[in-house]
Amino acid sequence: MCCHPRVLLLVLMLFLARPGLAQLTIEIIGGGANQIPIAIVPFGNELSYPLGISGVVGADLQRSGLFRLVDSTGISPRPTDAPEVRYPDWSTRGAEALLIGQILPLAGGEVEVRFRLLDVIKQTQLAGYSFVVSPKQFRATAHKIADVVYEALTGDRGVFSTKIAYITKAGRRFELQVADADGYNAETVVTSNEPLMSPAWSPEGQQIAYVSFENRKPVVYVQHLATGKRSMVASFRGSNSAPAWSPDGQKLAVTLSKDGGSQLFLMNADGSNIERLLSSGGIDTEAYFSPDGESLVFTSDRGGSPQIYRLSLATRLVERVTFEGSYNTSARYAPDGKSIVFVRREGGRLSIAVQDLASRQVQVLTSGHADEYPSFAPNGKMVLYEADSGGRGILAAVSSDGRVKQRLVAAGSDVRQPAWGPLPKNP
Amino acid sequence: MPKFLPALLASLLLAACQSTPTTTAPVDERSTAPGTTAVPAASSSTPAASVTSLGINPLKDPNNILSKRNVYFDFDSFIVKEEYKALVTAHAKYLAGNKGAKMTIQGNADERGTHEYNLALGQKRADAVKKMMILLGATEAQVETVSFGKEKPRNPGHDESAWAENRRDDVVYQGE
Repeated sequence: MCCHPRVLLLVLMLFLARPGLAQLTIEIIGGGANQIPIAIVPFGNELSYPLGISGVVGADLQRSGLFRLVDSTGISPRPTDAPEVRYPDWSTRGAEALLIGQILPLAGGEVEVRFRLLDVIKQTQLAGYSFVVSPKQFRATAHKIADVVYEALTGDRGVFSTKIAYITKAGRRFELQVADADGYNAETVVTSNEPLMSPAWSPEGQQIAYVSFENRKPVVYVQHLATGKRSMVASFRGSNSAPAWSPDGQKLAVTLSKDGGSQLFLMNADGSNIERLLSSGGIDTEAYFSPDGESLVFTSDRGGSPQIYRLSLATRLVERVTFEGSYNTSARYAPDGKSIVFVRREGGRLSIAVQDLASRQVQVLTSGHADEYPSFAPNGKMVLYEADSGGRGILAAVSSDGRVKQRLVAAGSDVRQPAWGPLPKNP
Repeated sequence: MPKFLPALLASLLLAACQSTPTTTAPVDERSTAPGTTAVPAASSSTPAASVTSLGINPLKDPNNILSKRNVYFDFDSFIVKEEYKALVTAHAKYLAGNKGAKMTIQGNADERGTHEYNLALGQKRADAVKKMMILLGATEAQVETVSFGKEKPRNPGHDESAWAENRRDDVVYQGE
């Protein structure tokens, strides 16, 4: 009976309808103080294709909180190339930048996407590129265009072409998923009936290390995203957790309890050549490498309460980093190595904070009651984290100055422990 | 017949869940690190000498303290409270008298902390009970301690009673 095709099909359909792979939708909560007004004109010939481009570029830029979209309706004809632009049309609408483009069909089903970013005030071109792509790649193309616009107008690298990883839970089913930074194109990396936790991207973005409880205890795995092939890299007696990659991708720091306590170890990324880093009587865990690879920040209760410490790998000297409050955990370096983001607990509430390493100045970025698991965007401008919404985990992001906030909501499932992936290799 | 459909579907879904492999990704066992300790598989053999003269397994006998398997902790604490010392002592004596018996102590934490730190806190709770058992005659090789942190709450609630239930060690004998 179980194998009656129609019933089986129905069961499969129910599985497919499960919320695990539900689209993450993004709500923008705050806004930056000085938003750049930009007009994005629908690209020429865009309506001939099911997936648009200009709308995705606009959504990307708006989501950063640094841009304000200027309405382009009513301007006719709509410019698709530089000679057609009448700058007064745009300056009177308050636009300082203008994005135009067109899609030109080529033989073989591919298209050429051309765009120009223009400075409305100076009446000059800031950037102009052409991509030859398949119409299926329009979202990726739009993210690349948004990256170009973002960098041309803010001076910082755009992160719209990056990926995020996170853990979902729907019923008893845990999934490690990877999606585009805007929540689209979610793909399942691994599925388990036991908890999955602590996803960590390799520096090149091709592998993810994570912790799985499928063997009735925490075990660290490394999985290649392209092939799906994975290997068990730390499965010692006791608990194995908190993987962190060295910036060169050669080493993993992990927390192991095999010798008693929760202690930090360093090993090759395939699990060989394991070496204990420190010996403390209590908890040392969740190491994270500095961008130069020379030190690690980690959480330890050696002083009585959990605080962030820094270990120099050359000297093996440890110094305390956080001093405010009685609970500071989960530190991650900013990409420039000058600050850390971490979780602090005060009055039972977990919130996300950043600390400048030189001045030790702390800024609290969020005001939820269970905000945790922060990770910096690879340009250091946003922090992605886990928030709580009525007992359910959701993903949220905040700009590193605390001004712009976003929530990424997936209907029906619990989404936790996000990790922002690295910049793509060939932007 | 149609009114049975939801139940039928539910049972099929359950069956489908259970028959789904735990993981879908292929495991490359060859790349397992040299020197790693093999995961202690749930052995089919029952612990040696676990049968009393009455023929009742003391680990399962509801009248025997050995059937009690939970040690509860205070908030942010890993101190074994006085009320659990008899339970821990009984299990330690059992291990001392049954050298073939092995157990895993699974530490857990409530949700009011961060993921990895709570995993370490659960480990500390499991280690605290293990330490007592070793002092009372169990051997190192008989007791493995692991932690589930806050990832496997027994009570999914968000109040003090749920948290109290989730700050816990579970004692699980090999084969159970």
